[in-house]
Amino acid sequence: MRRLPDRAFQAVALAVLCLALAALAALILDVWRDGASRLSWDFLTGFPSRRAESAGIWHALTGSVFVILVTAALAVPIGVGAAIYLEEYGTRSLLARLIEINITNLAAVPSIIYGLLGLGLFVRALGMGRSVLAGASTLALLVLPVIILTTREALRAVPRSIREGSYALGATKWQTIWHQVLPVALPGILTGTILALSRAIGETAPLITIGALTFVAFVPDGLWSPFTVLPIQIFNWVSRPQPAFQVNAAAAILVLLALLLTMNAAAVWLRDRYQKKLV
Amino acid sequence: MIKVRAERLNFYYGATRALQDISVAVQPNVVTAFIGPSGCGKSTFLRTLNRMNDIVPGTRVEGRVLIDDADIYAPGVDVVALRRRVGMVFQKSNPFPKSIFENVAYGLRINNMAGSRSELAGRVEESLRQAALWGEVKDRLHESALAISGGQQQRLCIARALAVRPEILLMDEPASALDPIATQRIEELIYDLKQAYTIVIVTHNMQQAARVSDYTAFFWLGRLVEYDRTDKIFTNPAEQLTEDYVTGRFG
Ligand SMILES: Nc1ncnc2c1ncn2[C@@H]1O[C@H](COP(=O)(O)OP(=O)(O)OP(=O)(O)O)[C@@H](O)[C@H]1O
Ligand SMILES: [Mg+2]
Repeated sequence: MRRLPDRAFQAVALAVLCLALAALAALILDVWRDGASRLSWDFLTGFPSRRAESAGIWHALTGSVFVILVTAALAVPIGVGAAIYLEEYGTRSLLARLIEINITNLAAVPSIIYGLLGLGLFVRALGMGRSVLAGASTLALLVLPVIILTTREALRAVPRSIREGSYALGATKWQTIWHQVLPVALPGILTGTILALSRAIGETAPLITIGALTFVAFVPDGLWSPFTVLPIQIFNWVSRPQPAFQVNAAAAILVLLALLLTMNAAAVWLRDRYQKKLV
Repeated sequence: MIKVRAERLNFYYGATRALQDISVAVQPNVVTAFIGPSGCGKSTFLRTLNRMNDIVPGTRVEGRVLIDDADIYAPGVDVVALRRRVGMVFQKSNPFPKSIFENVAYGLRINNMAGSRSELAGRVEESLRQAALWGEVKDRLHESALAISGGQQQRLCIARALAVRPEILLMDEPASALDPIATQRIEELIYDLKQAYTIVIVTHNMQQAARVSDYTAFFWLGRLVEYDRTDKIFTNPAEQLTEDYVTGRFG
């Protein structure tokens, strides 16, 4: 009798999983039918054009990659550093707990709010304009809470016996964190970070808010360069009346999906690689 | 002359008192064994001697522990330097998830004792030899320490602690997972080491306590019942409780 609820739960879980996967498959299939014909080397390396057949996504693709790299460069050191501070050095004071609750809440704030903050802070107050730096800073704020939370999670999972082993040899706290704790936590930190960044690469709202939706027909050439990203290019094409642009949008979605899947695969690969190295 | 002296030491995990009024004086260059039934506080006491309990949240110490006549719980004491002098082998072996070589080299590196590459390799080999592990791992020094057997991991942790040459070595059941041959090697090692070190060993094995130690402390329910020369404890203890325990008539 005990086995029955167990079996039932398994069946329900499997059904739900299949449903989710089926929905995803249907979505991808639909986009694939619409856009696959448009995928070509010319499409990837082409620039925007008024004629749908000759328009490409090179500017948006490089924009996305560039923005996400700058986002990572900003958010990873700050996020990991903050998590180390909170987890290893922070006291269990009321203030620390307040900060903790706030970070959890920040992770749930709608992304457009970050866009408004980015517009006010980076674009206007700090005078960055509608630049790559402003966009990346905004996205860095957006992913920071997630990076902090997953890093803390990973640090907390490191067994105390490892820290004790290090302390017992006369290691300082920082030596213990740097040489023993961080390497063990690294797979978890990497996975969380890549997943957070892959969320950022699909974000549209905050970047539209800070004004990245200007017509950009060139590859960004520096932190102060104007830019556009794939989701915005897709948004742009979808809102055009001509059906040929819809096909372009579908093809660009496929490229974005491929980029996302590659990042997630990289997360899995990195985690496995480090876990193998440790065991 | 006294190396380690505890004075009226009380220890609390939260509200529960795990050690009650422990006073004991450990002499240098002898082996002192802590014996007693499971849960009586042997590990807890051992871990107060290098302040390892500091990092267990919610714990509290009362009383004093003097090493070379200096209170290690006094304000301003450098805990890192203290732990460098007071090495520890834990009850549960805890090798770092790194290579065998790196496990031993780590302590040397962080204490600036690594020297040149060949000096480092020499120290690592010497430590592994002392811990009776060298022969089994010399061809796989750069493989993961988690891939060796439990008993080998235990000896690796001993080697790791020896490498930095502490003055005092605290060993919490260092031979609990070892076969008779490795156990004998470790006991010989302890005998050799006591020329230069002060050694405290926790053991559940009465024969082992009788063989390796000069002094024995018998703990019971967080108290120190009796502390005396090992031969006295095992042949003519002052307390009935001690006699019952060492003769196995306990409970
Ligand atoms: N981290 C902890 N938190 C709360 N109580 C603890 C903790 N560690 C140990 N204790 C308690 O303190 C008492 C002494 O434990 P300790 O580990 O020192 O015993 P021990 O003599 O080493 O036993 P064993 O021979 O089984 O290793 C026990 O009652 C135990 O339950
Ligand atoms: Mg114990």
